[in-house]
Amino acid sequence: MTETTEKARIGAPAIDGFSEEGEDLSPVNAGQGPLAGASTKGHSHGGGVGVPDSSRAGRRTSYQLADFPQLTGREEDWRFTPLKRLRGLHTEALTGAAPTVTVTGPEGSEAPSAVKVETVDRSDARIGSAGIPEDRVSAAAWEAFTEATVLTIPAETELETGVVVAIEGTGTEASAQHLVIVAERFSKAVVVLDHKGTTTVSQNVEIDVRDGAELTVVSVQEWNDDAVHASSQQAKIGRDAKFKHVAVSLGGDLVRVTPSARFSQPGGDVELFGLYFADAGQHLEQRLFVDHAVPNCKSRVLYKGALQGEAAHTVWVGDVLIRKEAEGTDSYEANRNLVLTDGARADSVPNLEIETGLIEGAGHASTTGRFDDEHLFYLMARGIPEDEARRLVVRGFLNEIIQQIRVPELEERLTEAVERELAAGNL
Amino acid sequence: MSTLDIKDLHVSIETEQGKKEILKGVSLTINTGEIHAIMGPNGSGKSTLASTIAGHPRYTVDSGSITLDGEDVLEMSVDERARAGLFLAMQYPVEVPGVTMTNFLRTAKTALDGEAPKLRTWTKDVKEAMSQLRIDADFAQRNVNEGFSGGEKKRVEILQLELFKPKFAIMDETDSGLDVDALKVVSEGHNRVHEAGGLGTLLITHYTRILRYIKPDFVHVFVDGKIAEEGGPELADRLEEEGYDRFLPTAAKA
Repeated sequence: MTETTEKARIGAPAIDGFSEEGEDLSPVNAGQGPLAGASTKGHSHGGGVGVPDSSRAGRRTSYQLADFPQLTGREEDWRFTPLKRLRGLHTEALTGAAPTVTVTGPEGSEAPSAVKVETVDRSDARIGSAGIPEDRVSAAAWEAFTEATVLTIPAETELETGVVVAIEGTGTEASAQHLVIVAERFSKAVVVLDHKGTTTVSQNVEIDVRDGAELTVVSVQEWNDDAVHASSQQAKIGRDAKFKHVAVSLGGDLVRVTPSARFSQPGGDVELFGLYFADAGQHLEQRLFVDHAVPNCKSRVLYKGALQGEAAHTVWVGDVLIRKEAEGTDSYEANRNLVLTDGARADSVPNLEIETGLIEGAGHASTTGRFDDEHLFYLMARGIPEDEARRLVVRGFLNEIIQQIRVPELEERLTEAVERELAAGNL
Repeated sequence: MSTLDIKDLHVSIETEQGKKEILKGVSLTINTGEIHAIMGPNGSGKSTLASTIAGHPRYTVDSGSITLDGEDVLEMSVDERARAGLFLAMQYPVEVPGVTMTNFLRTAKTALDGEAPKLRTWTKDVKEAMSQLRIDADFAQRNVNEGFSGGEKKRVEILQLELFKPKFAIMDETDSGLDVDALKVVSEGHNRVHEAGGLGTLLITHYTRILRYIKPDFVHVFVDGKIAEEGGPELADRLEEEGYDRFLPTAAKA
């Protein structure tokens, strides 16, 4: 297995312009300007005044679309994304019909009665309580949405079954969507955002995990082949709260999920998991951000992706920021990719910024392995037929993430979906 | 009793410079219960023979035959050969991402036998074999060969030999890179299977060292893609003293 591993660089200084990734421009955006990398030093792309571009702390945030310049594709956070395939999410007013939202229990059963589901207008106080746009596409959605769905798990309520938010796309006109999930204090729940159908949508999901709450959010992107989806999923983590986020991207032409977790009080515990499987021509991008802004919080990140087929492209960027105040932080992030065929491309960029030495631990790792003829030969030489050998490898690789979901029917469905992806690519 | 019969085998590979013939007419018959050592200098084609028997796609058989109890091995796919009873202990076992040893061993055993092994006895067998080969119990949960040392990988190959119980084991330089302790452990593993009966062995090695632990019935010396000399165990002793020099063309002598 050819493999590149980047070992943890604890306490390494942030590198201006991320020169280590200089050649990883999206082939689509390449040629529109100077290469990113060392040459972008001093080139401002939306960073706050006086803060270097290379620090995640300097990323511009605003509720106003006008605060974000038009995208060129050279921006640090857009350089991998083929803008032409955003179908106007970055240029147009997002006035199309947003995907429909239906809240149920598992497999279409009735939603647990304790959950409160409301449709509110923009003036609701909970809007903006846990998130703020960090890029133009997210801000465009924030500007355009007219009503939001707010899901509340009441204080001290433990839900026995999962809550499924079925999000069904019905058209391709560029649209905006806003969801708010509030886990009140000491509540415990699993919420599944189940994306299906056809759409062009920019989505903001605010997740407010209040003190002592324990919330799992699973976002499943199983769109039709032509869907375009940008999703900013921002979580605010209260005191001693636990938050687990699982991003599963399988279907869609272009899916760009940007989950973030911001610790607002000490004692928080965050796990971010991700699974993606890109077929020929698909662009699946995940950019996450963990903001250790307060002391004594813990974060773990593990994203795993499989790729097969010509021009299958995945992007994983993991920004972990440990601020000066965040003493006692314990953090680790890893991304593992498995390339199943020639012609696929996995970009993987872990960024760890550490501003204090008084931490428990911090590290990152990234590996991209290939499943090649030698692996196949090894397994077949042990009597295992070719198709089973392939399944064995991919299933084993991705199962580590699937088993984190702990909603049995969803785990089963995703396992089957992965098998279908494999069968579809039948090599 | 089974017989693995290799007749006038010619094998080539594609290189950037074109086709290169590596095996130039190899004939060899191995019966159940026999241990054949194949020795020879680097580049003589020993490993090519091993990989060709297992069906590695890199090697093209230009002529000749390999049969197992009369069945045409060359017509079989790689997995069919394994299911027919051929086992190749590889010189460089690959790391297989995403598959734990436990899962791999069970899947392979199921494929080889055509039915899943009985869970209770299987788990016991695996544990016992691992402990005899001094493989740490943690390895069961690790991915196949991932992060294993050279010696660990070789032990895991022999673990499979013990668990899969093939008709013929082809051991491709299993001894290379092993220290004496590991060499003993690995040899003992092979000998357990051998003594249980029903196994024929093709032991490919550059050195005579392993032959102190695994006693061959026949020794074949490979030079330039052909068998240059054959004999009993005494031939190995002679090679230990004299090396391969007398088989090499004058120009290549050191």
